Amino acid sequence: MSAASPAIGRSNLHRFLSGYGQEIVVLLSIVALFIVVGAVNPRFLSDNNINSIFAGNAYIAIAAIGMSMIIMAGHIDVSVGALIGVIATIAGTLAVAGYPVWIAWTVPILFAIMVNAGVGALVAYTRIPSIVVTLGMLSILKGGLITATAGEWISGMPVEFMIAQMRPFGIPSAVWFMVGLTIVAALFMRYTDFGRAIYAVGGNMEAARAAGINPERTVVGVFALHGFFAGVAGILFATQLQVIQSTVPPNLELTVITASVIGGVSILGGTGTVIGSTLAAILFACIGSALIFLNVSAYWLRAVLGLMILATVLADMARRRRAR
Amino acid sequence: MTATKLLRHETILAVLTVIALAVLASLSDKFFTVENLLNQGRLMSEVGLVALAMTFVIVTGGIDLSVGSILGLTAILLGVFWKNLGLPLPLAMLAAIACGTFAGWVNGFIITRFRVPPLIATLATLALYRGLAEGISEARSVRGYPEWFFFFGQGEVLGVPFQLWLLGLATVIAAVILGLTPFGRATYAIGANETAARFSGIRVNATKLWIYTAAGFLSALAAVVFVSRVTTTRSDMGTGLELDVITGVVLGGTSIFGGRGTIIGTVLGLILIQALKNGLSLSGVKGDGTIVVIGLVLIGAILAGALFDRNRGG
Repeated sequence: MSAASPAIGRSNLHRFLSGYGQEIVVLLSIVALFIVVGAVNPRFLSDNNINSIFAGNAYIAIAAIGMSMIIMAGHIDVSVGALIGVIATIAGTLAVAGYPVWIAWTVPILFAIMVNAGVGALVAYTRIPSIVVTLGMLSILKGGLITATAGEWISGMPVEFMIAQMRPFGIPSAVWFMVGLTIVAALFMRYTDFGRAIYAVGGNMEAARAAGINPERTVVGVFALHGFFAGVAGILFATQLQVIQSTVPPNLELTVITASVIGGVSILGGTGTVIGSTLAAILFACIGSALIFLNVSAYWLRAVLGLMILATVLADMARRRRAR
Repeated sequence: MTATKLLRHETILAVLTVIALAVLASLSDKFFTVENLLNQGRLMSEVGLVALAMTFVIVTGGIDLSVGSILGLTAILLGVFWKNLGLPLPLAMLAAIACGTFAGWVNGFIITRFRVPPLIATLATLALYRGLAEGISEARSVRGYPEWFFFFGQGEVLGVPFQLWLLGLATVIAAVILGLTPFGRATYAIGANETAARFSGIRVNATKLWIYTAAGFLSALAAVVFVSRVTTTRSDMGTGLELDVITGVVLGGTSIFGGRGTIIGTVLGLILIQALKNGLSLSGVKGDGTIVVIGLVLIGAILAGALFDRNRGG
C-alpha cells in the first residue's frame, strides 16, 4: 500500500502534465518572458506596462474563450473581429444617445448572441461549413458597419459607461472579467453536460449522436455562447479608450483564433481547455510588448506569431502521431 | 456524375449573372459600356488569377488562406530586390515570383508531409508571410518604377487590358488541366475520397504539392500585375484577398468539401461579384454596402445549393 502510493503519485503527476502540457508550456513561456525581458529592460515590469498588457488585451482573451469552444466543437468563426467591431459601435451609439448604461451594455451582447445563434443554426441544420457561413457574415457585418457609420468615430460616451476603465479593488475591471469568465468557462466545460457535449460533438459527431447528444442543438448552443463572449469582448473594447473607431479591428479574428490554437485547443476538435487560450492571449500581448522593450521592430510581431502557430500545430500533429 | 448534373449549378449561376447584368444595365447607362466592362475586367484580374488555383485547392477538399499574404510578400520582395539590392527589374520580377511560388510550395509541404489540416497550415502561413512582408519592408513603400513596367497593370494589347489576356490564357490552361487531363481527374478523386484515391494509385501528395505551389505562383503573378497597376509596393497589399477569392470560387459552385467544381463556375462567380460591386456603386450604393450584398449572395447561393442537394438526394 505504502509502496504503491509514490507510483500513483507519479502517474497522477504524469496525467496532470500530459493533460495540461500545452497550458504549462504557455505559462512557463510567460514567466520566462517576464524574467528575461525584465532583466534586460526593467521598465517592462513597471505597473503601467503590466497594466496595459493585461487590461488592454483582456478582450482578446475573452473572445478566445468563445472561439476555443467553437474550435473544440469542430468549427471555426472568421467573423468574430467584425462582430466585436459592430458590438462596440452599437454600444457606443446607445450610450451617446442617452440610454441607461445597463441597456448600452446588455443590448449589444444580446444582439451578438442572436446573430451567432443564427449562424450556428445555419451551420448545424443546413450542413454548410462554418468557414463559408462566417466568411459571408464577415462581409455582411464589416460592410454593414462601415455603411452605417460612414467611418465616423464615436466619442463623448458618459463616464459611467466606461466599464473597462473602472478599477474595483485597484485592479482594472477588464482583468476581473478575463479571470472570472475564464474560471467560469473552465468549470462549465468540465462539469456540465453541455460542456462535455461540446467536446463530444467535436470529437466525433455521429458517436455523440449515438450517445444521446443532440449535435445540432449543441452547435447552435456553442455558437450562441461564443456570441456572449464576443459581446462581452466588444463592450470591453468599446469602453477601454475615449473614442470608438467604427472600423473592424484589423486581423482581430486571426489573433483570437491563434490564441485558441496556441493555448492547446486541438485544431482537429475534441480537446483543449479555455485556460490555455487565455494564457496564450496573455503570452501574445507580452510578446508584442517585449518586442518594443527589446527594441525589436514591432513590424516583426506578426511573423513571430505565424512561426508560433506553425510550431504549435506541428508539435500537436507529432504528439497525436505518437499517441496513435 | 453526368455532365448535366455537373453543369446545373453553373447554369443557375449563368442565368443569375445575366439577370444581374440586365438589372444593373437598366439602373445605370454607364454600366454596359465597353470602356466600363474592360475596366472592370482589369480590376477582376488579380482575384481571378488566384481564384483559378484556389478552385483546384478547394476541389481537393483543401483551402489556402495565405494567398493574400503571398501576394503582399511577393510585392514587397519585388520592391526590395529591385530598389535595395539593385537587381535589374526583370530579374527582380522573376526572383520575386520564384519566392512567391516557393511560399506556395512550403504550404503544400507542410500540408502533405506533416498532415496539418490546410485551414490551419495556411492560417499560420497567412500570419507568417504577411509578417515577413511587414518586417522586411518596415511599412516603407517602394515607388518610382520605370515606365515600361506599368504595361503589365495598365497597358493594352489590341484594345484589351494586358492582364485580361493573361487571365484569359490562364483560365483556358486551368480549365483544360482540370477538365481534360489525368491530373484534373486526380484532383477530383482526392477531393471525393482521399483514401480511395491513394489506394487506386493516385499520387495524392505530389498532386497536392503541385496545386499549392501553383497557388503560390499565381498569387505571385497577381502581385506583379497589382504593383504595376497601382505603381507602388506596400506591405498591406492583398489583405483580405483570400476572402474575395474563396467567395468567388464557392459562389461558382465548387463544393467546400471537395470533389466538385469547375473553372467555368469560378469565372462566372467572379463575373457576378465584380458586376455586383461595380453596378451597385454606379447606381449609388456606397462602396461598403456592396460588401454586404456579396456576403448575402454567398450565403444565399450556398444555401440554395444545399437545399437542391437535399431534394435530389432525398
